[in-house]
Amino acid sequence: MQSQSHAFKERSSAALQDVQLQKALANVKTGFIDKRAAAAAALPEFDALRDAARDIKNHTLAHLDLYLERYEEKVIASGGTVHWCATAADARDAVAQICRSAGAKTVTKGKSMISEEIGLNDHLEAEGLTVVETDLGEYIIQLRKEPPSHIIAPAVHVTREQVEADFRSHHKTLPDDRKLDEAELLVAEAREMLRQRYLEADVGITGANFLIAETGTSVIVTNEGNGDLTQSLPKVHVVIASLEKIVPTLEDTCTILRVLARSATGQEFSSYTTFSTGPRRAEDPDGPEAYHVILLDNGRSAMLGTEFEEMLRCIRCGACMNHCPVYHAVGGHAYGWVYPGPMGAVLTPSLIGVEKAGQLPNASTFCGRCESVCPMRIPLPKLMRHWREREFEKHLSPAAVRSGLSAWRFFATRPRLYHLGGRIAAAMMARLAGRKGRLKSLLLGGGWTKHRDFPAPEGKTFQQLWAERQRSEGPAS
Amino acid sequence: MSDSKPRIGLFVTCLVDLLRPSVGFAAVELLEASGCVVEVPQSQTCCGQPAYNSGDRKDAQAVARATIEAMEGFDYVVAPSGSCAAMLREHYPTLFKDGDVWRERARHLAERTHELISFLVDVRGLQGVSARLSAHATYHDSCSGLRELGVKDQPRKLLNSVEGLQLTELRESEVCCGFGGTFCVKYPDISNEMVTSKVRDIEASGAKLLLAGDLGCLLNMAGKLKRLGSQVEVRHVAEVLAGHIEQPAIGEERN
Ligand code: SF4
Repeated sequence: MQSQSHAFKERSSAALQDVQLQKALANVKTGFIDKRAAAAAALPEFDALRDAARDIKNHTLAHLDLYLERYEEKVIASGGTVHWCATAADARDAVAQICRSAGAKTVTKGKSMISEEIGLNDHLEAEGLTVVETDLGEYIIQLRKEPPSHIIAPAVHVTREQVEADFRSHHKTLPDDRKLDEAELLVAEAREMLRQRYLEADVGITGANFLIAETGTSVIVTNEGNGDLTQSLPKVHVVIASLEKIVPTLEDTCTILRVLARSATGQEFSSYTTFSTGPRRAEDPDGPEAYHVILLDNGRSAMLGTEFEEMLRCIRCGACMNHCPVYHAVGGHAYGWVYPGPMGAVLTPSLIGVEKAGQLPNASTFCGRCESVCPMRIPLPKLMRHWREREFEKHLSPAAVRSGLSAWRFFATRPRLYHLGGRIAAAMMARLAGRKGRLKSLLLGGGWTKHRDFPAPEGKTFQQLWAERQRSEGPAS
Repeated sequence: MSDSKPRIGLFVTCLVDLLRPSVGFAAVELLEASGCVVEVPQSQTCCGQPAYNSGDRKDAQAVARATIEAMEGFDYVVAPSGSCAAMLREHYPTLFKDGDVWRERARHLAERTHELISFLVDVRGLQGVSARLSAHATYHDSCSGLRELGVKDQPRKLLNSVEGLQLTELRESEVCCGFGGTFCVKYPDISNEMVTSKVRDIEASGAKLLLAGDLGCLLNMAGKLKRLGSQVEVRHVAEVLAGHIEQPAIGEERN
């Protein structure tokens, strides 16, 4: 996927004007938040589980090489293959090669952010394959030829009416007068359309929520069951996952699963949690003949040992974006790459560079709501601030900001000058505002007064008045 | 607590100093009424957030050092702002490396720094105030105070003791108002969307007085309310608790 993150500002302004989008975003604001709050409140040990989940991931990251090696051994022992891929291109090529040797024509896919990250669909289609997304949200955006705008709800930016129109224009074989005005009817129709595809597919590609080192198992959680059909019906199953998805043991996985669904959708557990270990065994009634894991690095190992390592704890639950007022205002597409919201504001610069994505960590009020709900206790505002520091060190921040800050520092470290300047400014602004008590425009504050008035100073500064009060009261006893 | 009155260094905050001195005086009155002696060091300026949040660590350190020097030697340092108090309390120590003497000094300052209302309730044990105000108010939980310092029940507790004051909870009172320091000028359109939805909730609450504990947020919400011609008045919570309401409300006309 080509990054458009550098254009965040323009994209976000456009998003604010988009009536359909604003209508769709209203759903994020209400549904997810209340459900998570209820699920968290219903589980007394929820916060203790978050701590445990954080500790598991921290331990894993500290010994990542060890667990990855163990994982590979176990995958091989169960009859599968691990493909270590350093870059997006390596991963694309590896998947294409697997499809070629399977003689594949049709590929079904479960939801996978990694496949978006490496631009897999375009690549496979260029190879002549038909790629079918089976997650309802992914299916919708595939029809619309759009990227996802949320990591667990890829089509959250689309209204139900828009989906109905898309289905009517794409599903030409169905009668025109069918009823499609309820979500259930849309789901049923998508199921109907996908049924044949599952059977036709030669290769099924899924992501993975976890890779278990102890057993060489990959785990996916879904609410539609489409992932199971994708991975068990075709003769080849390809798992694509990034290397930080590794978890040491089955038990660790279960601990983290307990916070995942609650944080994401407020469910106690996702409807389907599927563990796959290797291809079909002799005694198995069904399952794929071959099992491949594409293990992608794409910049992650470079985050180890840096101040951004904590980001590798992320389990992609989406809670941070569900609670982010900036995400609520502009939606996921404004962020311009695969990962939106607060987690994207930290991860995107890590993966594609702060030069291209520096706007994202700047577009936050540091309100801290993301951190307060993150099940993995990732200090997202702190990490965004680290990006701002990197950006500042590299002299990437705008010249006006830099000179403004050094002027501010000059005064802020010279109290006498500072207080004199403050007195003058307060008096001048108070005079300008007159009896109105507010200013409609400011010399350097166009960003502020474009949308709001500026409340005027009272006239004298506190320090000035305090000094006057001290003088009139005489020296303190 | 010993019998002697604790000595408080009031960290005025740059916005209160420049724009709304009455908040500073309200803070002084509340602190004195709770049995403290208040001093206001002249050598303080700003807490350093503009630089810190812009990624300018060096300048943030320079300003932090100046603030640490200005505010040392008090029993407590108190600020009428959750965001500036959190800067001193939560962030100053992280600005300096382990082993740096400034880290120790920062930690020492951090330990004794508090946001005004939580200081009054949690440290001074204040149960109520003697102010009276006949008004219908609502309260916005500013982000830093709420999430970094746990300021939530304390202002409500004191506001409920104000005679004549009716307090209605604001819908989504914990959602950011869109101020965010430099955010509001760097991303004015997003900030506007956020403050607009906040103002909608304020109007829907039916209250005629909006209160919060941080001047940045108050200026933002007052600026939007006034631009839209709203009749809702905006004040810092300390002003109401101190019964210090002779000044026109924030952004209001003067006679
Ligand atoms: S950063 Fe935290 S809240 Fe956001 S997606 Fe990752 S785990 Fe979930």
